[in-house]
Amino acid sequence: MSRDEMTDLQGKRLHKLVELVYHHVPFYREKLQAMDITPEDIRTVEDIVKLPFTTKQDLRDNYPLGLQAAAQSEIVRIHASSGTTGNPTIVGYTGRDIEIWKEVAARCLTAYGVTRNDIFSVGYGYGLFTGGLGVHNGVEYVGASVVPTSTGNTEKHLRLLRDLKITGIACTPSYALYLAEAMDKAGLTKDDIYLKVGAFGAEPWTENMRREIESRLGLQAYNIYGLSEIMGPGVSYECEFKQGSHICEDHFYPEIIDPETLEPLGRGRTGELVFTTLTKTGMPLLRYRTKDLTSLMEGDCPCGRTSVRMTRIIGRSDDMLIIRGINVFPSQVESVILEMPEFEPRYMLVVDRVNNLDTLQVQVEVRKDYFSDEVGAMLQLKKKLADRLRSILSISADVRLMEPNSIPRSEGKSVRILDKRHID
Amino acid sequence: MTIKQISIFLENRKGRINDVTKVLAQAGINMEAFCIAETADFGLMRLIVSEVDKAVDVLRAADFAVIVTDVISIRCDNVPGALSSVLETLAEKGIFIEYMYAFSRSETADVIIKPDRLDECARILEGISRCSR
Repeated sequence: MSRDEMTDLQGKRLHKLVELVYHHVPFYREKLQAMDITPEDIRTVEDIVKLPFTTKQDLRDNYPLGLQAAAQSEIVRIHASSGTTGNPTIVGYTGRDIEIWKEVAARCLTAYGVTRNDIFSVGYGYGLFTGGLGVHNGVEYVGASVVPTSTGNTEKHLRLLRDLKITGIACTPSYALYLAEAMDKAGLTKDDIYLKVGAFGAEPWTENMRREIESRLGLQAYNIYGLSEIMGPGVSYECEFKQGSHICEDHFYPEIIDPETLEPLGRGRTGELVFTTLTKTGMPLLRYRTKDLTSLMEGDCPCGRTSVRMTRIIGRSDDMLIIRGINVFPSQVESVILEMPEFEPRYMLVVDRVNNLDTLQVQVEVRKDYFSDEVGAMLQLKKKLADRLRSILSISADVRLMEPNSIPRSEGKSVRILDKRHID
Repeated sequence: MTIKQISIFLENRKGRINDVTKVLAQAGINMEAFCIAETADFGLMRLIVSEVDKAVDVLRAADFAVIVTDVISIRCDNVPGALSSVLETLAEKGIFIEYMYAFSRSETADVIIKPDRLDECARILEGISRCSR
């Protein structure tokens, strides 16, 4: 689709969306009326800047179903986010929403090369979390055989990967590494399994993690991006060139804003990703602030797709740690650790305040082959990591070498930060 | 003679040394000598045990970071000056000792030495069949 055609389609859909929320969601009608905006004022996609933002807090304040545009009889499914810091976020989907979701998830899988000849294991959690069912429906829509493995039973997962000759997998990147480790323990290598393709998402990951997953599982690892407030997995995806993730912008209109001033930022600038759900009818959202930090890329992709691409998520605007006044993203620490073969790709950041001074401790596990019998060599290893961290972060970190398997692993999203400054 | 020593990386945590000895006890493995090198946040526990391969297996199965190193073991008479004469010889030959530890029994003492040049050190000590005063 040409850029003009896309812009035209987005403008028309945006107008319809504003009409929908104006007439069916009191929260938005009040906001728009207060800003003196009617659906007639929104005709093209450029008009989007006139619209108000929506935040996670707005969803919480309207808990559970206050932002729903469709009548309950039209809602066919309800998902909920974890809600670790307040009310969970409830999202209702109409039958049409589910159809669109299925279609965008299938677009991702097709870009990864998944066809009806594949057997595909979904290792995301099934249930209230959108990961499991979202990818599941996409796999079925492509016509591949879906194996709803879910999380929690790694031993059975490994067995099925071998016995069913499973060729595709979707899970979090940290679970992929967990699987690789379980394979090591069971004395298996990538040659004992048949995986060709992996769709990884639901948490930020790095280029180094991709290399590690690809070499240990013997597959091509692709990013899949999504969030339940907007839809679920399928909002954006990488193609075979792995140069940014193509956004399904005919359904999810992206913007990048400065998280402080809320001003829109141009192509190539890094800021907070904002989505408007152009076609959703269950719980449509205007300019939803994702808190994910990324940028929209300029130029066309060699794959021929004309949809705009987003770069890797570099962190979350609320995950960002401010240590001694310096902005620190956990992904920076991760990239340093993954570049050093001496360490396992897992870490824990412990932030504390001692005598009114912020401290950062980085806990890492040394790989079995790299332990030394000499104290000096171990201290040198510790210093090597501390030096690299200081050059990347601009602050010094206390490196703590840990025993193998001592840093807690999780099979879902990994918890990597312990900020003791907020625990009193 | 050259023997195998087991080294274990341990975080400084309460009860961690006991975790090692428990694993070895359950496997029926006897420790003949050991020492611990410590730093602010971790330690290296070095052991001489009755069955090296079995000890490595059970310790690795319990997720310990285990390294096996060749070291030199010599037996001295448990009298003043015995060790000194051995070390004198090594110093004369320019052998650097990275670390060492010893256990004495009633009549004799076992000394474990980690030299910089293992083979050469072993050859030198073979010349002294049994070190005495």
